Amino acid sequence: MKRTAKVISMALAATMVFSTSAMAAETFIIGGIGPTTGAAASYGTSVKQGAEIAIAEINGAGGVTVGDTTYELALEWADDEASEDKAPQAYNTVMDAGANAIMGCVTSGACIAITSQTYQDGILQITPSGSAEGCIENDNAFRICFSDPEQGVAMADYMVETMGISKIAVIYNVADEYSSGIQEAFEAEVAAKGGEIVASEAFQTNDVDFNAQLTSIKNTDAEAIYVPAYYQDATYITKQAGELGMSLPFYGSDGWDGVLGTVTDASTVEGVIFTSPFCASVEDEKVVAFVSAYEEAYGATPDQFAADAYDCVYTFKAAMEQAGSIESEDMIAAMPEISVSGQTGDPITFDAAGAAVKDVKFVTIKDGAYTFVE
Amino acid sequence: MALITSILEQLLNGLRIGSVYALIALGYTMVYGIAKMINFAHGDIIMVGAYALYVYVSLLKLPPVLAVILTIITCSVIGITIEKVAYKPLRKAQPLAVLITAIGVSYLLQNLSLLIFKATPIPFGSIIKVPSVKLAGLNISGLTIVTLVVTVAVMVGLTLFINRTRMGHAMLAVSEDKGAAELMGINVNRTISVTFAIGSALAAVAGILYISQYETLLPTLGALPGIKAFVAAVLGGIGSIPGAMFGGIILGIIESMSKAYISTQLSDAIVFSVLVVVLLVKPSGILGKLKAEKV
Repeated sequence: MKRTAKVISMALAATMVFSTSAMAAETFIIGGIGPTTGAAASYGTSVKQGAEIAIAEINGAGGVTVGDTTYELALEWADDEASEDKAPQAYNTVMDAGANAIMGCVTSGACIAITSQTYQDGILQITPSGSAEGCIENDNAFRICFSDPEQGVAMADYMVETMGISKIAVIYNVADEYSSGIQEAFEAEVAAKGGEIVASEAFQTNDVDFNAQLTSIKNTDAEAIYVPAYYQDATYITKQAGELGMSLPFYGSDGWDGVLGTVTDASTVEGVIFTSPFCASVEDEKVVAFVSAYEEAYGATPDQFAADAYDCVYTFKAAMEQAGSIESEDMIAAMPEISVSGQTGDPITFDAAGAAVKDVKFVTIKDGAYTFVE
Repeated sequence: MALITSILEQLLNGLRIGSVYALIALGYTMVYGIAKMINFAHGDIIMVGAYALYVYVSLLKLPPVLAVILTIITCSVIGITIEKVAYKPLRKAQPLAVLITAIGVSYLLQNLSLLIFKATPIPFGSIIKVPSVKLAGLNISGLTIVTLVVTVAVMVGLTLFINRTRMGHAMLAVSEDKGAAELMGINVNRTISVTFAIGSALAAVAGILYISQYETLLPTLGALPGIKAFVAAVLGGIGSIPGAMFGGIILGIIESMSKAYISTQLSDAIVFSVLVVVLLVKPSGILGKLKAEKV
């Protein structure tokens, strides 16, 4: 009798083990690579944190179901200090930890440094934020963020076609790759769409006085000014334009996000329109949910790097579900078919080159707050 | 007509920037005249002035006029203190030692403000609220008017001070010959202190005008105007007070004009080329006097 009881209990225990193992999720490991120390640490930290929010959300909702297996997502992070030398080592670290796919690298240079290795290994690689063309050269590599020229092209189309502006002045930072990259693409696209660049004024990093450039623009027949630059530059430029009595509308690039924190008088940037893949202060249900979860977890406002990483994790999820497999080969094949509803685009799809296809969003400042352009 | 308006407007831009350079250059030139040293920390006094104004206006909520006066006093006191602590012990040392000390003081001031106010730029709204004026198609901003008026007033006041007061004469005497001045009963130490106080007060005024124009506080904000003003002082003739005024304004106009009509990227190169040419033709600067060394 005693023996029977033991057998039954063992059988019960065995069933429990089996049933839990059928329910218990397998783990899908995302190998994240990016700088969490060094000069670009804020980018890597944002990506890591943004990804963790998405992972917590997905796991909280029951994980990812592929066929009859449920996977929990996990992030295995390695620091590459945004360095080309450290990135391959970081890649090996996450691969040794059993990474199923790679999220990274965060910066373009480091990303390019591992592309040939990930290609050889045939692993799915998605960079949330590497904007250089070389990042997605191989078939296994994809990108979430816009490339710099794409932004310039989108704004050129918007200004010329939607707003009907034909004479445009540009102020850009000649010493900065981001700014001059957008400026080149913008000017080419404006010309292609039949618009005219009436002034193209350069400045350099750390310049604070833009009166000469603005005065030159003032004496042209420009109808609007496009400034692909960072928010600190935009702060000086808009203020000085106001003092010169200029009332031309300003347009900007995603570097303008944050300008409300640096201007002393919000009326100087009232009505400006800039391209932005993500804007934390916009009153949108999905954005608010992400921002509040992020703020609660890290006590900081997510930036576009965090949003790109968030979308990157959801892209992995979509690829797994579409492929019905967690093999990189299948997921890579599934990438062109997926559609992700993310923070930086809704929907986000991927073209043959591996770049994300999503609508460029336009943010405007209305009554001293950021809102999406309707 | 449009071209003329454009040139006039660029000229005004140049005058405004040049006025600020001139105010700073005066400090370089006066200190050089008296103490025979380049006070490289002078540019950072502008930064101290800007932050001091911010503390008085935004943090302590003092009325603007009082805040301006306190800012000027603060900078003067800091100027005198720097001289007493860092430069006075080195008065008989080699010029190179003094120069290196001045650079050290410059870093000290920058890093102190970095420590206290952190690296994130602080937006600080202008305390000068004067509406802009339209004059024959020209739009002159209120700040430009205030800057020009203040600069002219300061220059007239300084010229009167130096030529009409005993202390002014003492300064001229000390700059001419320190030893002889001392023998004539002039208190050299006090004269040097007053020079540093006035130089720093002028830097404070420049700092106030600068921050009202650009509205963003940075620990390094004084570095670039400081260097430009130093160039202005050398251009005008270091040691010469009219030279510093002239040099500053000329520099501002060259900078503005070359940005507008030649190239924004080359404007600094053009400014420095002008300096090189002037020094080749007239090594003592435009208004500088070349003193014959009696051997």
